[in-house]
Amino acid sequence: MRDAFAKEMTALAAQRQELTLLSGDIGNRMFDRYKEVAAERFLNCGIAEASMMSLAAGMALSGLRPVIYTIAPFTTTRCLEQIRVGVAYHQAPVVIVGTGSGLSYAELGPTHHSLEDMAILRALPRINVLAPADSAELVAQLREALDSPCPTYIRIGKKGEPPLHPEGAQLGIAKAHLLRDGTDLLLLGVGPIIGEAMQAAEALAPMGISVAVASMGSVKPLDERFLAAMAQRFRHWLSLEEHGITGGLGSALLEWLSDWSVTRVSLRRLGAPDVFLHELGNQAYTRRWLGLDAEGLAHTFQSELAHLG
Amino acid sequence: MIATPATKLSTEQLAATALTLRQRLVTTSANAKIPHLGSCLSCVELLVQLYWQELRIDPLNPEDPDRDRFLLSKGHGAPILFQVLAERGFYPLERLEDFGKPGSVFHEHPPKPGYIPGIEAATGSLGHGLPMALGMALAANIQKRPTRCYALLSDGECNEGSIWEAAMLAAAQKVNTLTAIIDFNKWQATGRSQEVMALDPLAGKWEAFGWHAEEIDGHDFIAIDQALESARAETTRPSVIVAHTVKGKGVSFMEDDNNWHYRTPNPQELTAALTELEPI
Repeated sequence: MRDAFAKEMTALAAQRQELTLLSGDIGNRMFDRYKEVAAERFLNCGIAEASMMSLAAGMALSGLRPVIYTIAPFTTTRCLEQIRVGVAYHQAPVVIVGTGSGLSYAELGPTHHSLEDMAILRALPRINVLAPADSAELVAQLREALDSPCPTYIRIGKKGEPPLHPEGAQLGIAKAHLLRDGTDLLLLGVGPIIGEAMQAAEALAPMGISVAVASMGSVKPLDERFLAAMAQRFRHWLSLEEHGITGGLGSALLEWLSDWSVTRVSLRRLGAPDVFLHELGNQAYTRRWLGLDAEGLAHTFQSELAHLG
Repeated sequence: MIATPATKLSTEQLAATALTLRQRLVTTSANAKIPHLGSCLSCVELLVQLYWQELRIDPLNPEDPDRDRFLLSKGHGAPILFQVLAERGFYPLERLEDFGKPGSVFHEHPPKPGYIPGIEAATGSLGHGLPMALGMALAANIQKRPTRCYALLSDGECNEGSIWEAAMLAAAQKVNTLTAIIDFNKWQATGRSQEVMALDPLAGKWEAFGWHAEEIDGHDFIAIDQALESARAETTRPSVIVAHTVKGKGVSFMEDDNNWHYRTPNPQELTAALTELEPI
């Protein structure tokens, strides 16, 4: 995903003279091609995220379209007030990209986990909170964010995430997709972890268990038309996110169901529990440990159906 | 293209403007119960010199992309900035009759741009204005605009780490079009700024961070003018003007009395203050 980001930024920099890339001292060699195209529009702001965020707001207020790139917790909670005041309040159209989100850097410890970022940024007025599932969705969202008058936060994974969307899918901000249809349960997810749900659904199909899997792409704004359609078809929803269960996609969906009095739908939230994780392994290990890998999700789908009778 | 202010005003003319602004400031503070009077009174000469002699701005075209940018990083100085902008012609003075009233955009801190002409950024939470001004200066470099960017900081604001983050980056990027001015009135909200955090040597710190630094009397128009001129002459470094000022300047019973960070004048105090602020 991050390679797709670098490649797309390079292409966009050639097309858009106002595009500026700010890095918080990461991405060694990753932006070499970008710098060949637009060296004067690349700035390593150092390990100084607070200043970087305010600086980006200032640039945006002067007509540039700055894109900030650093590791997810450092570009969100580290400089939250600068996002709140400089970016969100000013409606400075900054694109904040958090790389290695969720448990991408699981083995680096809680300092590098981002399991609260969507919850916290979602609470700020008028900022898009996006979590693309694959590179194609990231590219589409990045392009749309750069045309949006609103600031945008995009949390991305790291490397090698498989494509999940079919070719030609209309992707972007608040554009949900049914990746796999089904009849028994609907799983609504964000981010690359949807791949685990796709494998789980695949594994259960021969057993006669039919799980639909949808990619929401955006936590804020939600694709409400899609949700309304899904509410007509499915009574049992699960949300899935590589994020704490507090405040992220699952919470946003619960709020939507409540606000629209959609009482026929039940929702169960799947994500990281309300604790800091300190018994460490890599991302695959940690997903498995939390029951968020394909095997764990398949088990959850089965038990959910058994529970529902 | 916006021109540099053409009219060179005498120090007497500038002082007369400063006096008028102080009168309106204390009156408004008393009537609307707006605090931070001491912090506003300490930076009047700095603002007058900037707005009447330094900044390339056009009150009739306040969003000209080539304009200089002034950010009141010490956002609690908004009551005096609002008076300055009215007097400078960004909006009629009558608009300030709403100051402090429910529903007014004129309150204790500047709102985001778009609500009050001439306001470049919403400040009030300290430590934001300087890095935002740096972003604007870097943007102007990229866009090849003639813009210079100015940020007025308080000494207490230099407690904030983001100020020093921005200071290091500005020096590394050789942003010579950025000028920080510190209203060094020696007080912050609850104590002497030097006692709360070890600020001294303040100018020395900025020099160590790679800035061109000058210390001046922040109430002396000629000194302010010269320091701004020498900042403009810098070709490879950002500049900081450490302006020694007196909190509450101009009203004897407010001078260097930190109670006026939060207090507003009662009718008797307003009368006494205005008596002192009579033109000589």
